[in-house]
Amino acid sequence: MLKISDLRVAVDGKTILNGLSLEVGTGEVHAIMGPNGSGKSTLANVVAGRDGYEVLGGTVEFKGKDLLDLDPEVRAHEGVFLAFQYPVEIPGVANIALLKEGLNAARRYRGEPELDALDFLKLVREKIKLVEMKEEFLYRSVNEGFSGGEKKRNEIFQMAMLEPSLSLLDETDSGLDIDALKIVAGGVNSLRSQDRSVILVTHYQRLLDYIVPDYVHVLAEGRIVQSGDKDLALKLEAEGYGWIEESAGAAA
Amino acid sequence: MNTSVKELGDLVGRDYKEGFVTDIESDTLPPGLDESVVRFLSANKSEPQFVLDWRLDAFRRWQEMDQPDWAHVHYAPIDYQGISYYSAPKRDEDRPQSLDEVDPKLLETYEKLGIPLEEQKALAGVAVDAVFDSVSVATTFKDKLAKVGVIFCPLSEALINHPDLVRKYLGSVVPATDNFYAALNSAVFTEGSFVYIPKGVRCPMELSTYFRINALNTGQFERTLIVADEGSYVSYLEGCTAPMRDENQLHAAVVELVALKDAEIKYSTVQNWYPGDEEGRGGIYNFVTKRGACRGENAKISWTQVETGSAITWKYPSVLLEGNGSVGEFYSVALTNNCQQADTGTKMIHIGEDTSSTIISKGISAGRGQNAYRGLVKVLKGAKNARNYSQCDSLLMGDRCGAHTFPYVEVKNPTATIEHEASTSKIGEDQLFYCRQRGLAEEDAVSMIVNGFCKEVFRELPMEFAVEAQKLLGISLEGAVG
Ligand SMILES: Nc1ncnc2c1ncn2[C@@H]1O[C@H](COP(=O)(O)OP(=O)(O)OP(=O)(O)O)[C@@H](O)[C@H]1O
Ligand SMILES: [Mg+2]
Repeated sequence: MLKISDLRVAVDGKTILNGLSLEVGTGEVHAIMGPNGSGKSTLANVVAGRDGYEVLGGTVEFKGKDLLDLDPEVRAHEGVFLAFQYPVEIPGVANIALLKEGLNAARRYRGEPELDALDFLKLVREKIKLVEMKEEFLYRSVNEGFSGGEKKRNEIFQMAMLEPSLSLLDETDSGLDIDALKIVAGGVNSLRSQDRSVILVTHYQRLLDYIVPDYVHVLAEGRIVQSGDKDLALKLEAEGYGWIEESAGAAA
Repeated sequence: MNTSVKELGDLVGRDYKEGFVTDIESDTLPPGLDESVVRFLSANKSEPQFVLDWRLDAFRRWQEMDQPDWAHVHYAPIDYQGISYYSAPKRDEDRPQSLDEVDPKLLETYEKLGIPLEEQKALAGVAVDAVFDSVSVATTFKDKLAKVGVIFCPLSEALINHPDLVRKYLGSVVPATDNFYAALNSAVFTEGSFVYIPKGVRCPMELSTYFRINALNTGQFERTLIVADEGSYVSYLEGCTAPMRDENQLHAAVVELVALKDAEIKYSTVQNWYPGDEEGRGGIYNFVTKRGACRGENAKISWTQVETGSAITWKYPSVLLEGNGSVGEFYSVALTNNCQQADTGTKMIHIGEDTSSTIISKGISAGRGQNAYRGLVKVLKGAKNARNYSQCDSLLMGDRCGAHTFPYVEVKNPTATIEHEASTSKIGEDQLFYCRQRGLAEEDAVSMIVNGFCKEVFRELPMEFAVEAQKLLGISLEGAVG
């Protein structure tokens, strides 16, 4: 599904990712953990095509295509979805209007007919149940005045609607109460399937109790310095990142 | 690969779809302005003597006035002798009595602009007065309106058929010598619409005037007068376009509204005059005086404007809140792109007790566009418990454009409540990326964000026109991506 090789990325002349490689197979769930400022959001943003990052080298392949060559909306149409760490507010734009435009743009891209208002609403009603979000949120401006948790739930709702083949969730669990965490996890799990992959960026092993990952990676010093299964997350929770940085340092 | 906010201004390319010229034979006065021109205009329409006297007085006063220079706009001096003050399609000599007699080329022009004049094709529930250069070419649904006593006709016709009614109100809100452009208009006005809604009548359809400048080197000086008698209601819409020409053309209109006790007038404008090209060549100078008077208790006047066209816009639709409990509203979207300049806003003059006003202004600047909001809220001594709420938001696209806010407040009564909010934001790169990540192409994302920014104004427009206005913004924001 996704193959990142030797990716090097700089922001404002400062190298953030320095030779990062990661392969995510179809149907797999990968968790990425790592200290603050280590470049996790940078990675997610570069994959989604955000402006302002300088790719110094390396490749990102998605379903065999060179992702770095595509505009962000084309990446979205191809099935890349980013649940933002800080979802942005867009005053005056109804949540549902943005979603309808986005969904239909993707359908046009794939040569499918656009959903009419009725079919669209039907789909909305089905998916909104997954995240237990009130219908009034559909008609409110995108994220405007939403609480932190509501914003995150809205991200998952959008993900459920767009049915992406690769979902990047950037700290979607941060700031959620325990019930919301379960709901968000339920949303992700409902999408989990043989042909969809998920990358979870998180600081807390707690999320991984609900969404059990196939692999756990540690990002530090601009690279994946350690990979393992879900037990790695437990060890990190207990011991922090110090031991990895030491061993990474020793190995270098 | 991607477009940064810096380049966004370039994205806002413009494609002026109404820029065609209708090839039609016209009677056009040679350029120049003196008393004989004023006399010709009046005689040509067989106006009553009082109108000629009024015009001549305005003309003499105008000659002593100076062009105002306080607005935040810059342009070369206008040569008022280089403009023709009258142009009319030739066939007007014996004015068409029905649509069948209207030149098919004119019908075609309006059809092309999306304003079909045949009643069976027309937008359901909208009566249209179509003004082409200096004359009205057709007014639809006249009979239907007459049944409920509503008068909707070209002003020239009203001056002949309803002289007393017109005389009572003409110039009563915007005096002939109010300002330089109003004086010029009072001297040389040609056409415009007259509306009278009788006591207690709710006008059964939207009324709309569509203005089109076609002839070269002509100015358009229309004058509109709307009177809503006690307890009546009317919603009126004004639209306008012009061909693309390299020369600047002058449009100096006057609009007067009078709302009597318990009456309500809703006046909406979608202004799409030719804005000039990317280098700032050509375009309409839109110098307009619009004012309404709430002349009775609980009268209400609401201005909504969407200003996307013109090289220069200079207009301040205002409300004189005379009656106790009267209400004034101003909702505005002004978009300036390329070299366009807009200095627009409103004046709310609180005279009666318990009067209230609301001002919502949304300025969008792109390219090298300059957008100024200029507003005055004035509370006179007798205006006990006056209330005003003003909100002025500016949206910048790119870093070569400008937004300026000049809010003036004069309060002479201590019981007044005045609230003012203002914001300036850049169209956010993060907002754009968010929309694109959800699948929107860049220009659709820009259009959606801008429309969202304008939402509070658009929802004041009559339904069909809100859709139109959104499309218009979309077109104005259309550009070459990639
Ligand atoms: N636009 C930017 N300008 C300057 N520095 C930036 C920019 N974006 C990211 N950085 C820097 O890059 C580094 C990595 O940031 P990033 O947001 O990817 O970290 P993160 O791993 O997601 O951290 P966190 O766990 O706190 O979310 C940080 O040092 C950050 O300050
Ligand atoms: Mg982060």
